[in-house]
Amino acid sequence: MNELLKVTNLHASIGDKEILKGINLTIKPGEVHAIMGPNGSGKSTLSSVLAGNPTFTVTEGSVEFNGKDLLQLSPEDRSHEGLFLSFQYPVEIPGVSMVNFMRAAVNAKLKYFNKPPMPANEFLKLMREKRAVVELDNKLASRSVNEGFSGGEKKRNEIFQMAVLEPCLSILDETDSGLDIDALRIVAEGVNKLKTPDNATIVITHYQRLLDYIKPDIVHILYKGRIVYTGGPELALELEEKGYDWIKSQIDNKEEA
Amino acid sequence: MEQEVKDNNNSVIEDVTGSEYKYGFTSDIDTDVIGRGLNEDVIRLISAKKGEPEWLLEYRLKAYRHWLTLAPPTWAHLNIPEIDFQDIIYYAAPKAKDGPKSLDEVDPELLKTFDRLGIPLEEQKLHAGMAVDAVMDSVSVKTTHREKLAELGIVFCSFSEAVKEYPELVKRYLGKVVSYKDNFYAALNSAVFSDGSFVYIPKGVRCPMELSTYFRINASGTGQFERTLIVADDDAYVSYLEGCTAPRRDENQLHAAIVEIIVENRAEVKYSTVQNWWAGDERGRGGVYNFVTKRGLCRGVDSKLSWTQVETGSAITWKYPSCVLAGEGARGEFYSVAVTRNYQQADTGTKMIHLAPNTSSTIVSKGISAGHSENSYRGLVKVAPNASGCRNYTQCDSLLLGSKCGAHTFPYVDVMNDTAIVEHEATTSKISEDQLFYCNQRGIPTEEAVGLIVNGYAKEVMNKLPMEFAVEAQKLLSLTLEGSVG
Repeated sequence: MNELLKVTNLHASIGDKEILKGINLTIKPGEVHAIMGPNGSGKSTLSSVLAGNPTFTVTEGSVEFNGKDLLQLSPEDRSHEGLFLSFQYPVEIPGVSMVNFMRAAVNAKLKYFNKPPMPANEFLKLMREKRAVVELDNKLASRSVNEGFSGGEKKRNEIFQMAVLEPCLSILDETDSGLDIDALRIVAEGVNKLKTPDNATIVITHYQRLLDYIKPDIVHILYKGRIVYTGGPELALELEEKGYDWIKSQIDNKEEA
Repeated sequence: MEQEVKDNNNSVIEDVTGSEYKYGFTSDIDTDVIGRGLNEDVIRLISAKKGEPEWLLEYRLKAYRHWLTLAPPTWAHLNIPEIDFQDIIYYAAPKAKDGPKSLDEVDPELLKTFDRLGIPLEEQKLHAGMAVDAVMDSVSVKTTHREKLAELGIVFCSFSEAVKEYPELVKRYLGKVVSYKDNFYAALNSAVFSDGSFVYIPKGVRCPMELSTYFRINASGTGQFERTLIVADDDAYVSYLEGCTAPRRDENQLHAAIVEIIVENRAEVKYSTVQNWWAGDERGRGGVYNFVTKRGLCRGVDSKLSWTQVETGSAITWKYPSCVLAGEGARGEFYSVAVTRNYQQADTGTKMIHLAPNTSSTIVSKGISAGHSENSYRGLVKVAPNASGCRNYTQCDSLLLGSKCGAHTFPYVDVMNDTAIVEHEATTSKISEDQLFYCNQRGIPTEEAVGLIVNGYAKEVMNKLPMEFAVEAQKLLSLTLEGSVG
């Protein structure tokens, strides 16, 4: 099977500080990968770099996405090509309604593929259909982007946007942070409903909890800017049991030796 | 690396702030132009060309003599190059038979010009809910829907025609809200005013359509001296809109207007402006000087006046649409979006003068500055000693795009009555990189994202515009700021 994403020896820094120190990662369609790791290990940096956040500079390595050189694409073109990032901290945009925001997003993508804008009635139907995935009500359309949303609503809103844009690779950056158990269930169910054999998901999380709902095929452990362990779902359970200190001591000991 | 990001952003700013001004064309129209300069003979000539009565000529001359004693105001946060008032042409009129009554009499080139501006003067082509007075340089060239409005007793015509046809009304109201002694530019306008609109809504009539005046400067070297007078009698209602554009030129042109509004008992006037005068090029060459005195007198009980302005044009703007709340329970509103970019300068705001008890006012000002521009809000809230129970709420926000522009706020509050409640809120913000990246990640390119964010920021004000213009104004705002990120 073809590879959807192939990350090779990826190094990235912010200012003079190197955060990613040689990431290798291969994802195939239909797979769910979990990336776990202690705070500051580079999990969010990895998702930002893949999405093209200009705060970070890639200093070495390559990323192939759907056969294209991802690092050469602008953030918006990465989005059009099917990369979606569910933000850990979704940004508020006062005064911009969700309906206007999503219409701009959907039509920008259509334009990228040389297609005409979506007619208004079709678009509103799409909004209705997709917001049901995460049980958001009809007030959503007129509310400003993330403004005054509760923590749970913000994350549901991220998954709603993912549902509308139908990406082939979704990166969920700590989507479980700040969620109560009900919101967690709704968000996870939403993600599961959107799963197809053709798309893939990267779940970035600190805890095992989310992985009870979104079952990973492969679990990676990121520490100090490198993937130090890769295994099956059982790795997440082992980590939950033994804690991150277990990883830290093993790796740090190795480094010292 | 951070430096790299900044440089990147700066180049985006430089690239795109020069977005095209699509109204910058000139029309080749046979124009009657008088010589440059100003003296009593010029004023007599203007008055004669307009066939004015003696009293109006006297008014002009009095204003002119007063103007000679004045100096231009210097208190605004503006850097105004010295203006040679003898180097301006004070009257330029497209040649036409005396006040065209039907479209056949209007120069086809003129019709084409207004068509290109999106203002068709054929009534059937216009929005059904709108009547237009089209003013080119110093004269009104056509007013639509006059007959239909006349059936309701509404007068909507050019100011010059009003002088001829309704001299008593004009005489009764002219200069009653803005005296020629008000300020330097008001005196100048009162001496040489050219044309504008006259609106009279009789008692109890709700005007069934938007009334709109479109101001166009075409002739080179000329100043435009708009004069507009709106009277809403008891229980009347009218929504009025003005639009303005001018050709792209290297010279600076002066637009010094006076707008007077009188609102009687329980009447309501909504006055909206979409000001898009040529703003000068990316180096700050050329552009219109927009020095305007606009004021409404709410002298009726429970009368209401609402100003909404979207200011995107002009090299320099000096403008403070104000409300004098003289009737008990009167209400004044001011909603403003002022955008400056390149080397534009704006000093704009309002005055809310509470003279009567239980009057209230709301001010919402949204400044947006980009490039090397300077954008100031200047406002006065005044409550007179015997005006009890007054309220004012002021919200004053500034949005900065880039690091070379300036945003300033000069609020003045002068309250002489203890029962007044006056609130003032102010914020200054920048478009954050996080917001832009969030939009980018969803596939929205940066220029479009800025348009969205800016329109979101200005929404409260944009929502106050009449429907037909809200969409246009939103586009204008997005276009004006295309790429001005930093």
